[in-house]
Amino acid sequence: MPTGELASKTIHELRGLLEAGTVSPQEVLDDVLARIERFNPTLHAYIMVQPERVRRQLRDGGTLAGRRGRLHGIPITIKDNICITGEETACGSKILQGFRSPYDATVIERLRREGAVLIPRANMDEFAFGSSTENSAFGPTKNPWGQALDRVPGGSSGGSAAAVAADLAVAALGSDTGGSIRQPAAFCGIVGLKPTYGRVSRYGLIAFASSLDQIGPLTKDVRDAAIVLSVIAGHDERDSTSAPVDVPEYLRALEQPVKGLRIGVPALPEEGLDPGIKTALAEALRVFERLGVTTETVALPHISHAVETYYIIATAEASSNLARYDGVKYGLRATVSGLRSPVSGLRWEVYTHGGRTPTGKDAIAWAKDAEQRGAGEILLTSMDRDGTKAGYDLELTKAVADAVRIPVIASGGAGTLEHFYDALTVGGADAALAASLFHFGELSIGDVKHSLAARGVPVRV
Amino acid sequence: MSLVTPDIIKHVARLARLRLEGEALERFAGQVNEILGYVQRLQAVATEDVEPTSHVLPLSNVLRKDELRPSLPQDVVMALAPAAQPPFITVPKVIDT
Repeated sequence: MPTGELASKTIHELRGLLEAGTVSPQEVLDDVLARIERFNPTLHAYIMVQPERVRRQLRDGGTLAGRRGRLHGIPITIKDNICITGEETACGSKILQGFRSPYDATVIERLRREGAVLIPRANMDEFAFGSSTENSAFGPTKNPWGQALDRVPGGSSGGSAAAVAADLAVAALGSDTGGSIRQPAAFCGIVGLKPTYGRVSRYGLIAFASSLDQIGPLTKDVRDAAIVLSVIAGHDERDSTSAPVDVPEYLRALEQPVKGLRIGVPALPEEGLDPGIKTALAEALRVFERLGVTTETVALPHISHAVETYYIIATAEASSNLARYDGVKYGLRATVSGLRSPVSGLRWEVYTHGGRTPTGKDAIAWAKDAEQRGAGEILLTSMDRDGTKAGYDLELTKAVADAVRIPVIASGGAGTLEHFYDALTVGGADAALAASLFHFGELSIGDVKHSLAARGVPVRV
Repeated sequence: MSLVTPDIIKHVARLARLRLEGEALERFAGQVNEILGYVQRLQAVATEDVEPTSHVLPLSNVLRKDELRPSLPQDVVMALAPAAQPPFITVPKVIDT
């Protein structure tokens, strides 16, 4: 079978091949991983894929031990905000970079129980705020459609959508708060479903707006969406908002004739709707009508207030949910120099003596590590042997600045304006921040401002 | 209508220990005012006869059985903390002496 052929198939096609023994779960997974290896560097649909970790699920009995599940041997791609035991789950943010979940989300448990092979980490807008997947801390995802790759995939589940569209995934899970599954699915020409709130457990989904968030499938066709939904749907006592309602047999529902159904069609806006989409919608309605469905125009009188309502609910709930990223129990802890200091990006401070940190680590290695762990800037303070601040060490600052790409600021005791300029030029630091860390002896802040302006340094002191 | 001025944004940023300056203060003031504008527009909607909705399903006071169940092992949770001296998590100083 040619490379990419298995990866291009739907779940229900693969299920047939796997059940007949025509292909093995190993072959299916290898084909998807080969596509990822080849095209992910360009599309960046995944933040990261670790093939060996993914393959491990097929070994040692792992996922496929026991009964043959409904997703036996089917790879399912997982958005970076759904927790998997032992896997990094960072929600597209450097604040959670390196966080390995100690537990499985309920949807993950259910996928595992049915024999699915999980492929983390589909890219997303940071904390799921965004509609383009350009706002991931790990770089944007490209829409696979078009030669130029100059289109956005939509978002925030843009990684999941682009992966499914480009056969870097068979099917994927995403999450939808205000369109984050439906809109990227539409942008990438695949099927995306936001289940009714309460239908799918949110346990283990990193929360954005808790009264709106839902996990749902992004798939190559409607039948696959029905298969994935039938696995992940259902009441879960660990999510108190999940619905204690029986899950219908979605696949059987697909076999029902549509004749006699009524579809409500909202009056379409005159502006802001692409003519191509308007035509496609009209054509879809004609297909339904031919199948015996009646369409009726409906009014949505409150639609003009939708964005207003969403912005109030989503931002209020997000501010409560994101307050947990205080760097106490997990996640990144930004070190600041004083209690009243502002945190600029994420600042890391190190005290060094002769180029070594108090723990004896090389200051340059330390700085590289800090950069990798998401530091926005580095503050270097040199110490005397007795542990008191010795002021700046411009040599070391320069060496560290050469080793990293983020601003490095020499901080410390009293200095002259010349030292200050040097520190600025060496580390690419922000003038206002650097000035706040320096003591200028007899010089007033007005003098500093004046001199900086005279040298053409942007001043925001 | 501008309820929120760049000075108010600056004040809030200071309370949150965020460094926002210059153009950013203007930009955020504009965005916050836009959201407050949404609130004003919603206040014009007649809701006197509308029952408040808290959930799409008739769920209230969802409680689980009061039974012991296993939780995450302490060492697993401690390993996630940026700094810890098990069984304690260490945190930076938060009060000036």
